[in-house]
Amino acid sequence: MAAGAIAVVRTAAGVQEMAAPLLSARGLTLQYRTPQHIVTATWRVDFDVLPSDRFVLLGPSGCGKSSILKAVGGFLPPVEGTLTINGRPIVRPGPDRMMVFQEFEQLLPWRTVLGNVLFPMRATGRFRGREAAERARDILDRVGLGKFTDVYPHMLSGGMKMRVAIARAMAMQPDILLMDEPFAALDALTRRKMQEELLALWDQLRFTMLFVTHSIEEAILVGSRILVLSPHPGRVRAELNADAFHHGNIDQAAFGHLSKRIHRLLFEDAKVAQ
Amino acid sequence: MTAIDLSARPEFERTPAEIGAEGAVERPLPLWERAWNSAALRRAVLLTLLALTWELYARIVNNPLLFPTLSETLEALARDLQNGILIQRTSTSLHVLLLGYASGLAIAAVFTTLAVSTRVGTDLLATLTAMFNPLPAIALLPLALIWFGLGVPSLVFVIIHSVLWAVALNTHTGFRAVPETLRMTGRNVGLTGIRYVALLLIPAAFPAILAGLKIGWAFAWRTLIAAELVFGASARQGGLGWHIFEARAQLETATVFAGLLVVIVIGLVVESVIFRVIEARTVNRWGMQR
Repeated sequence: MAAGAIAVVRTAAGVQEMAAPLLSARGLTLQYRTPQHIVTATWRVDFDVLPSDRFVLLGPSGCGKSSILKAVGGFLPPVEGTLTINGRPIVRPGPDRMMVFQEFEQLLPWRTVLGNVLFPMRATGRFRGREAAERARDILDRVGLGKFTDVYPHMLSGGMKMRVAIARAMAMQPDILLMDEPFAALDALTRRKMQEELLALWDQLRFTMLFVTHSIEEAILVGSRILVLSPHPGRVRAELNADAFHHGNIDQAAFGHLSKRIHRLLFEDAKVAQ
Repeated sequence: MTAIDLSARPEFERTPAEIGAEGAVERPLPLWERAWNSAALRRAVLLTLLALTWELYARIVNNPLLFPTLSETLEALARDLQNGILIQRTSTSLHVLLLGYASGLAIAAVFTTLAVSTRVGTDLLATLTAMFNPLPAIALLPLALIWFGLGVPSLVFVIIHSVLWAVALNTHTGFRAVPETLRMTGRNVGLTGIRYVALLLIPAAFPAILAGLKIGWAFAWRTLIAAELVFGASARQGGLGWHIFEARAQLETATVFAGLLVVIVIGLVVESVIFRVIEARTVNRWGMQR
């Protein structure tokens, strides 16, 4: 009920009453080229991400959620519409939008855990010397890898590699953290642990993140706000609040209701289309 | 036939028992197994076996003009080492080799940088490699002699030719094989241009680059020795190839063998010491290659 009320206030009162949006998309159409075709990934998508939002892009495969994330990352220029961060249009990749990918190979195999976390700080010159090393150690302690600083990535488990990737992104203090299905390649137990850890980290640091997932449960658990997209091409289906839900109330009725509601939003379309 | 009641099995919980010493999670391998795990030892054993075979066979043949024994060869080697001829000729060869190898690598770096940054550069490299890679470097020697005359510049020219294409081809293939996620990781932090190549592409493609360096080294070494054999006769300061050629002319077969042995030993040292150390410190340590 409360969640619904906030959603109404947010949409009715517009952004003026809320904090100014950190990231905003207006009429965002994205296309990418395959050797034979031009594929429209999303079509006129609007959304606003507020500071400290845990904004989730949710949808079936082919709804362009990863394309949106790539566009925010600066890897895919919009063909129509605007995409702005702090009021500036996004034109190229940059360290103010650190990305965490699903693949484990995002870590540089030729650097240790500490070296990986230091890499963006040193490469951009944003943090140097002692300060960079202290920041790296601090963030590695926070993700529970304080004892593994001198180990090379190939010696780590999947969950640990993902923690390094998250630590590396967080250490840069980006304006927004972009996460592309970061836990999809993990086993169920590790995934749950990582979700809890990510939320605990958010409780400490209150960073803004844009999180792509295809799991309804993960979207509700991790997200404070969920953008539901329809497939082929991706269009906005709904924007919902999920701030009230966490692993502690996953078995309560309200959680089930929201889950069913999203399920209906995602799959009724498919039925109607058929 | 009575139906089995699946719910009849009782549930239970238990705390794991303490494990004793015999159930320890890890224990050391036996000594001989650890020793046999060392590549150096295995290779040393193989080398010793080969040396023994040589000595035995040469003694059976008993024809020092055609096939001297290992001990005769080692004697000739020691003699030439003592009077300094061999050391001087080896250093002449190595000097030319390093000059050619380094220049070849530098030119390969330029070509590869062009190839990764522009499409025309890629085509240029692909075309040139397809044309010149199959061409034996030694076939260019007559041309080199016409252009540069007898001496070091001709040798360097053919060595560059033998190194350049192998290294450029491997490096470029390595660059193209760098995973997209890794590339995006680099671009995400704003790396572009030469910094992108140096900080991301080169380490990420290092296994392929190292393979190219090894192939280039072997090509360079064999091209050099062959070139010295062909025209070393009139060079003032001969190298190892000339040393071998000279000994053959005087029918000192043991000295020919000694010269060949030096060529082989230098090849072995570079391959299994220098490149081995580079490999152990980089690609093996990074888990990119086993």
